[in-house]
Amino acid sequence: MSKEINNLKRTAVQIRKDIMDISAHCGGGATHVGPALSAADIVAALYFKIMNVDPTNPSWEDRDRFILSKGHAYSVLYAALAERGYFPREELMTTRNINSRLQGHPVLGKTPGVDMVSGSLGNGLSCGLGIAMGLKLQGKRKPRVYVMLGDGESQEGMVWEAAMCAPNKGIDNLVAIVDYNHLQSCGALDEINSLHPMVEKWESFGWKVFEMNGHDMDDIVSKLLIAREYAGQPVCLIAHTVKGRGVSFIEHNNAWHAKIATEAEYQAAIEELDAQLTAIDADED
Amino acid sequence: MRQFEREKKSTRDAYGNAVHELAKQDPTVIGIGADTTNNIGLKGMAKEFPDRVINVGIAEQNMMGTAAGLAATGFKVFGGSFGPFVAMRSLEQFRTFIAYPHLNVKMAGGMGGLSAANEGVTHQCPEDMAIMRTIPGNIVVYPADMASCDVIVKKLSTIPGPAYIRLGKFPFLKVFDENYTFEPGKANLLEDGTDLTLIACGTTITRCLQAKDVLAEEGISARVLDMSCIKPLDENAVLAAAKETGAIVTVEEGTILGGLGSAVAEVLVEQALVPMQRVGVRDVFTESGDHDPLMDKYGLSVADIVSAAKAVLARK
Repeated sequence: MSKEINNLKRTAVQIRKDIMDISAHCGGGATHVGPALSAADIVAALYFKIMNVDPTNPSWEDRDRFILSKGHAYSVLYAALAERGYFPREELMTTRNINSRLQGHPVLGKTPGVDMVSGSLGNGLSCGLGIAMGLKLQGKRKPRVYVMLGDGESQEGMVWEAAMCAPNKGIDNLVAIVDYNHLQSCGALDEINSLHPMVEKWESFGWKVFEMNGHDMDDIVSKLLIAREYAGQPVCLIAHTVKGRGVSFIEHNNAWHAKIATEAEYQAAIEELDAQLTAIDADED
Repeated sequence: MRQFEREKKSTRDAYGNAVHELAKQDPTVIGIGADTTNNIGLKGMAKEFPDRVINVGIAEQNMMGTAAGLAATGFKVFGGSFGPFVAMRSLEQFRTFIAYPHLNVKMAGGMGGLSAANEGVTHQCPEDMAIMRTIPGNIVVYPADMASCDVIVKKLSTIPGPAYIRLGKFPFLKVFDENYTFEPGKANLLEDGTDLTLIACGTTITRCLQAKDVLAEEGISARVLDMSCIKPLDENAVLAAAKETGAIVTVEEGTILGGLGSAVAEVLVEQALVPMQRVGVRDVFTESGDHDPLMDKYGLSVADIVSAAKAVLARK
């Protein structure tokens, strides 16, 4: 097991601890814990391995971009940005509070490192498409645009407007990542409005599709590296994930779609997450 | 009563031509449409700069999101579709992804107001100005003719941030020339008067000037203000009109709920209460028909303006 992968795993655990801290202590009301934990491994890989970004220059023109289209998972993004050094970690506790730079959903221009407004579901892929088009028009060949969509979010028609358009416009600097955790606010996707067959949908729209285990850091890094280099087509990564991943009593538990963690729940979650850190250390020894 | 000459082309052509001219000077100017790039006059630009006119197909929401992304990457984006598809179908995308982060996107609502005419209610949009006025930081303007449209678009290109420009479908009546001046938040005093003020926007300017002539025959002196920019509103011009003429009639090609008349009334109620009346579409759905007869039928005839003027004078 490489040291780099283990460090990414540690970062993902730290992000999960931050998410629990925000849920328990920010005082900004219920936090969307399940959707954030679901995305933590992928977001850690993006900000700490894959993306070419500079926290000291968040609006650097040649940076890679990330849009958290499932913006209700803001806590995973804010935690990653804080851990990456865009703003002090202490600021996480101002999330959703008055006078904070960390709004209820991500906002371009308010939070260093946030590349687009998001949270109104279904919009992120179009915005990413526009950025990808803009980068191409500017002749910038290197930067990539990563857009993370929720699976439930993909019930929005606008997702498919953008999905149809990107390959038709010759866009290949855009990577869609679907956090396929099979739960949405009111329950199971497959009971409410199934997205099945997800892979075939994206393929038929003209995307190169890879599936990955969204909690296996080796798999995540490997697929993101392929996506980063892929030319000729936009890439969609279908990430098989578990809502609430990383904390046993939150996994698959939709009561945690949005919730304030009690102190006892917070302590129990931290205990589990610390045990995961210990296990990573043991694995390395 | 004076008459006006019909223009050869529409404000849609003027919009596209202005954007095309800007694009020649500025490589960051981009045109975008939802199967509407021809309809908003961008055909010429698309021919010269095919990479810089993007047609996303019939998908207005995707057009707005794409425009937001392009603007976030440093481009000046000029887009458009038909009034209801900009001001209604993709309103949320305009509001949340363009206006909220104050991105540099100007969106045209072609066939705005009643100008979709024979297309009927599905394509008309008498509500667009009212809706767009509620968005913070948005500039909302209805050019009266081709010359003023050209001046307005070029001026807007120098102002970062969002704007909504209502365009017509068929040629309008010519009222201005290339000496037209435009500044957001500044009305143009077209003709002075002492008894009341007619405040007009876009196509109602010619009708207000005609109404002024009719009123003059009866010894009534009307000031006529060009308030084609309803947001930001020139409050000083409204207050001066209230103080100096003592009565106001607003005349707008659109619903009287929330547009020019409401904007003027907000100023008057809070700062200078004088008799006022709104002329416009009175909370009804309209119908198919030629543009001018439609305006006449739905409360915007010269006679309607004259009778509103007399009504406010009677309340003075």
